[in-house]
Amino acid sequence: MLLIHCPYCDETLPEAEFAYAGEAHVSRAAVPSEVTDEVWRDFLFYRSNVRGPHYERWRHVYGCGRFFNAVRDTVSDRFLTTYEAGAPKPALTDLEGQK
Amino acid sequence: MNTDTETRPTAARVEPLPPEARFSLRARAHHLDRISEALWVGVPRRIGDIAENDARRAVCLGPDEWLLTLPEDQGAGLKARMAEIRHDAPHALADISDRELCYRISGPGAAQIVAMGCPRDLRALVTGRAVRTVFDGASVILWREAEDSFRLDIWRSFAPHALALVETGIEELRAGL
Repeated sequence: MLLIHCPYCDETLPEAEFAYAGEAHVSRAAVPSEVTDEVWRDFLFYRSNVRGPHYERWRHVYGCGRFFNAVRDTVSDRFLTTYEAGAPKPALTDLEGQK
Repeated sequence: MNTDTETRPTAARVEPLPPEARFSLRARAHHLDRISEALWVGVPRRIGDIAENDARRAVCLGPDEWLLTLPEDQGAGLKARMAEIRHDAPHALADISDRELCYRISGPGAAQIVAMGCPRDLRALVTGRAVRTVFDGASVILWREAEDSFRLDIWRSFAPHALALVETGIEELRAGL
């Protein structure tokens, strides 16, 4: 079982308390009717599906209930970091130094 | 079957707790001082902490969520006091007294019983803290009241399911399995 650090509870807890919630930092257009069909399609359906460090959302559903963001390596399943929702996207170069 | 089961001391036991008034409180951090005054108990800021004042307890469950427990006859008074401050300190207060059933699991084997359904490292849940977690697939609030005593607040529709696991575990401990 993965151990995930919840940035709100500040504890490292078993995966069973968390729910995966898709890719992070996908922003919705402020006025959807003003963007082209292609932009709207990409927002709705296109995800990066990376092999390696992936920015993703998790929710501590059986705990504090909060959504937060994580960087997880999709090859090794290792969590590089977790951070509060709304915080800026951490640069990968900073995270790789911690490996 | 072991023949000395009759004489073996009970390693753990489960008992239902009497009803109490329970509320779910949601509020913003800068209103907490005002709210604490009305609650007659200071609300804790760190997730998992419990504040207690004369049988009134506040448990921090999330960054903006608290569980309040108090004697059954004080529920109406609390609602009235909180209604008075709703303009100064906007908040959401929901009466959840009837939502959960509470059980105490105690005895030298209590941690073993809780660990059957809860994936947390129970050593990290020190005495005097309470957290929302998962117990055999159901959302529960787990309180550590003492080294060998836990309290489990579980939504009433899940209670028979969780209790069946707890009782099976107690039987297994008693049988020395």
